[in-house]
Amino acid sequence: MTDIIMGILEEGLTYAIMALGVYLTYRILNFPDLSVDGTFPLGGAVTAVLLQAGANPLLTLPVSFFAGAAAGMLTGLIHIKLRVRDLLSGIIMMTALYSLNLRIAGRANVPVFSRETIFDNAFLDKWVPAGVQPFLAVLFLFLIGMVMKRLLDWYLGTKSGFLLRAAGDNEALITSLAKDKGTVKIIGLSLSNAFVALSGCLYCQKSGFFEISTGTGTMVIGLASVIIGMKLFQKRTSVKATTAVIFGSIVYKTCVAAAISLGMAASDLKLITAVLFLLILAVSSGRKGKVTANA
Amino acid sequence: MLELRGIQKHYYPGTAHELCLFDHFDFTVGDQEFVTVVGSNGSGKTSLLNMICGSIPVDLGQIFLRGKDITAMPEHRRLKFIGRVFQNPAMGTCSGMTLLENLSLADNKGKPFGLKKGIDAKRISRYREALRELNLGLEENLDIPVGALSGGQRQALALLMSTMTPIDFLILDEHTAALDPGTAERIMELTDKIVKEKGITTIMVTHNLRYAVEYGTRLVMMHQGKVVMDRSDREKEQLKIDDILDKFNEISMGYAKEQNLQKY
Repeated sequence: MTDIIMGILEEGLTYAIMALGVYLTYRILNFPDLSVDGTFPLGGAVTAVLLQAGANPLLTLPVSFFAGAAAGMLTGLIHIKLRVRDLLSGIIMMTALYSLNLRIAGRANVPVFSRETIFDNAFLDKWVPAGVQPFLAVLFLFLIGMVMKRLLDWYLGTKSGFLLRAAGDNEALITSLAKDKGTVKIIGLSLSNAFVALSGCLYCQKSGFFEISTGTGTMVIGLASVIIGMKLFQKRTSVKATTAVIFGSIVYKTCVAAAISLGMAASDLKLITAVLFLLILAVSSGRKGKVTANA
Repeated sequence: MLELRGIQKHYYPGTAHELCLFDHFDFTVGDQEFVTVVGSNGSGKTSLLNMICGSIPVDLGQIFLRGKDITAMPEHRRLKFIGRVFQNPAMGTCSGMTLLENLSLADNKGKPFGLKKGIDAKRISRYREALRELNLGLEENLDIPVGALSGGQRQALALLMSTMTPIDFLILDEHTAALDPGTAERIMELTDKIVKEKGITTIMVTHNLRYAVEYGTRLVMMHQGKVVMDRSDREKEQLKIDDILDKFNEISMGYAKEQNLQKY
């Protein structure tokens, strides 16, 4: 039982960082960004290659973060400079990233079991008592998740963050404030995909391999987490939206784990993902909400 | 001073619906003038505002603001010197953000939007003071989202926000048209007060002839992309609503005649 709970928490906390990224584009910027399906495995591919090359596992975190930011920026540039519709810009980026990720990783599946990761390395083996070892991953993921959540909260409270929030709400106001709304969107997309790639990096290190297909359905999982979180805490204004999203991710992963324990095969995972998301949409559209209106 | 020189603007160029709205159009607004613009639908009032702000490009001609050619300047850079209030109160504010956040955004116009705190605590009392002058009780509600305000309250806030930082020009695009008569009246009085206090050069497009006559220092009537009536200062003061209505009728009759001739 403890194993199952730890597994859910690990997965939930890993994907929570991705969900924060999706929250940023979908809820705040009002931009349905599908490039996350490519940037999640991008983080994994970059991480796998670095670990294979024997790099310090800690280095993979900032490298993935910035790789994701660069990809997000490209999506933004496609949308703004080439005037491609938001949804299509994401699809173009996602498609291109599939091949790009294969090129980076070299093949569709790269194991990193045998390598040192941030969760499993000689330093931790030496200094952390064996009894605590099984909880390390959850502890680390919780800490990284908190740092990222705080970072996002802080950013959304800055002048630049205000502008980002305004851009999703009323583009005309950005122009009235003598700012280029395109630049604001590009910043938002970069930040969002940086979060998503970081999440992919953590997922790769935790699961012990890079796998190209992990990206499929990232957007759906992220959206499901965001919607669950928002629904759970919609009456509690004291709970920050970012906190709600993290809880949403854990609840979502609990649902998936429950479905699998009810006898679904692991290969049914994407089906479970899709059906769960559909259920969430159907249930939450009973009471009208902004997300469902857009979804 | 704002100057439009030899402006040409075609809509749907190269199609069967091609429409030439402005042809060699010249228009000048002097410093501290408060111009009210009237005219029927399709006369080019809103197009004029959009060309000044850069929301739509001109085909030919030049636009000068304080002697500087701004014809090629993108909209968001022009709006550094221009404040604009739209007909729809939702356009000038952010519904999901609080009053305080909205005012902080507006207060930062022209400055960099970096990683400093979004709300400067030292400025809050100033915002509260500015809201108190609106006389709508908003100063007690700094932390509620703007989406919860009424249309009139939002428009008052939009007006305040667009004139918070120093601007050369204020553009009012039928900004009282979506409000009930009482509220429209209050927003008009407020507009006049702000324009006079700050001495901002202003262009106001309106369908309310009484406002056009009562407020401002100059009245312009437009028809088919041309200025057909232009009265300033003393001439404007003596102008009555009936004079404008007469002119309207004269134009629309001429227009009807023209249309009939084309038919036969």
